Amino acid sequence: MTIVSAGTAEGGQELLSRSELTAKELLREVGSVLRLSETEAALLAEVQTEAPEDQTMIINMGPQHPSTHGVLRLMLELQGETVLRCKPIIGYLHTGMEKTGEALTYMQGGTNVTRMDYLSPLNNELVFSMAVEKLLGIDGDIPERAVWMRMLLSELNRMSSHLLFLATNGMDLGAVSMMLYGWREREDVLRFFQKVTGLRMNHNFIRPGGLAADLPAGWRDDVLAILEGLPSRLEEYDILMTGQPIWRERLQGVGVITAQEAIALGATGPILRSTGVAWDLRRDMPYLRYDELDFDVIVGQYGDAYDRYSIRFNEIRESMRIVYQILERMPSGDFRIQNKKVTPPPRARIDESMEALIHHFKIFTEGFKVPEGEVYEAIESPRGEIGCYIVSDGSSNPYRMHVRAPSFVNIQTMPHMMRGGLVADAVAVISSVDPVLGEVDR
Amino acid sequence: MSDSADTIENAVVTQHGCPVQDSLGQRVLHASRDQYVSVIKSLADEGYEMCVDLTGVDYLAMPHRTIGFGIQAERFEVVVNLLSLSQRKRIRVRVQVPADDATIPTLFDIHPGTEAHERETFDMFGIVFSGHPDMTRILMPEDWDGHPLRKDYSQGSIPVQFKGANS
Repeated sequence: MTIVSAGTAEGGQELLSRSELTAKELLREVGSVLRLSETEAALLAEVQTEAPEDQTMIINMGPQHPSTHGVLRLMLELQGETVLRCKPIIGYLHTGMEKTGEALTYMQGGTNVTRMDYLSPLNNELVFSMAVEKLLGIDGDIPERAVWMRMLLSELNRMSSHLLFLATNGMDLGAVSMMLYGWREREDVLRFFQKVTGLRMNHNFIRPGGLAADLPAGWRDDVLAILEGLPSRLEEYDILMTGQPIWRERLQGVGVITAQEAIALGATGPILRSTGVAWDLRRDMPYLRYDELDFDVIVGQYGDAYDRYSIRFNEIRESMRIVYQILERMPSGDFRIQNKKVTPPPRARIDESMEALIHHFKIFTEGFKVPEGEVYEAIESPRGEIGCYIVSDGSSNPYRMHVRAPSFVNIQTMPHMMRGGLVADAVAVISSVDPVLGEVDR
Repeated sequence: MSDSADTIENAVVTQHGCPVQDSLGQRVLHASRDQYVSVIKSLADEGYEMCVDLTGVDYLAMPHRTIGFGIQAERFEVVVNLLSLSQRKRIRVRVQVPADDATIPTLFDIHPGTEAHERETFDMFGIVFSGHPDMTRILMPEDWDGHPLRKDYSQGSIPVQFKGANS
């Protein structure tokens, strides 16, 4: 494969064929992840380089393969049906959202970050808002109701995201009925979001200082309807998939990763937990009021695709447990901070007060100024640690807005999980990583 | 812990020979380029076993910023976020990278997970990570000119460039 590179000298992004790589480079790729001693790595490299070039071939899987969850392209080096090497090539959905983030005010920033991980938009907004609040120094003054509402939405979002994972995981592995069921249940949650925020996705509902609006009348019944309808359906999925021999055969022992490798690669979320590391930011570095809630961190043992499936499945149940507790304890009060600097005046005041009108106009046209500083905030999104690094220069736009996207890091574990496996299992691996390409490419 | 918090007020707290700053309750360590790799290594040995994030910042539009601790502020900065799973704490390492020699050693040998982050930082800022096994662009097309997140790379004024398209 020849690479036509025009203009720049950075070189191609494609997977190189064996003849273009030295054995040392091959070895480095493997050895650094496995943390092998030099002799061990050399032994491994011997096996690896043994495959003669005329027996291997490099094929493209995607961009736009039906099971690659967005525009992901994998280059696989195959020997027969065995995957020897793999390289994910990303950037097909890159739209420069971090650059856009610098042009939007803190007030508008939510509309940008919510579009990154479009399956858990409320978590993106939450981490962005928390970072901005920290810079403003108001992170301790957020009203209780706003905090609990944020938790409610975040957990419901986790449920909808994991339900969609069940759907796509089923679809990728040929359990097409699961796809329909998963989308159906997720839609119940999205209908609730639509009622609360006005939109099914990309809500821009969690904003610096609180939320955009209070919960609508009858919200409690809607949440209860979701919570009461789901358990019987989850049991159906257990019969349909969890206990089913074909399903288990397809997932067990596939895409194995060890705890050491996951930590070395920076993987978080269900991938890290599947290796037996009980790490969940909600419990280990609590934010909002997660420390007051009672829930379990689901951990796997084997680090395979089946563990990752089971973890997400059971996290739906844990999220339901959390939502029940939130329903019981939801306090009354303000849904956003009453701080004139960041909060627009209530709609009713605008009709009677000229000052309120001017204030409203200024806050939406100019935004609010944020003191100089830099901050990194991280929360547990359904896919792992989502972090937001903001540098402020004292103006009303972020000087630099970086999002540490969990999928971007998790996708780098794929070559490692696929090595030595079958092509057919590659699909199971992609699916079990559950990447959202909007967030990978930003 | 190798903290040497002095009893004297306003004394500079250091860790592995680098000044430590408190940024809104978060621990920030300023390392020089020469110290960079060895500091990350010492921190990894100390329990910061995971590198969660590595990114860059272009401070071109903030020429008069000060960092303190006698550190010369440069145009670029590489920001590394480390996490200790065992001790449940974070630390951020900030390194100044001058514009005329925008290179910094790679962390690949300590944290292989930084491979993609370093490629992204190179792609977006043009900071070269020496010793990186695959220093190519990751998000932009491979024949793209310029580094988009630099402050002198303007928004929306560049015609879309793609190879092979008839213009």
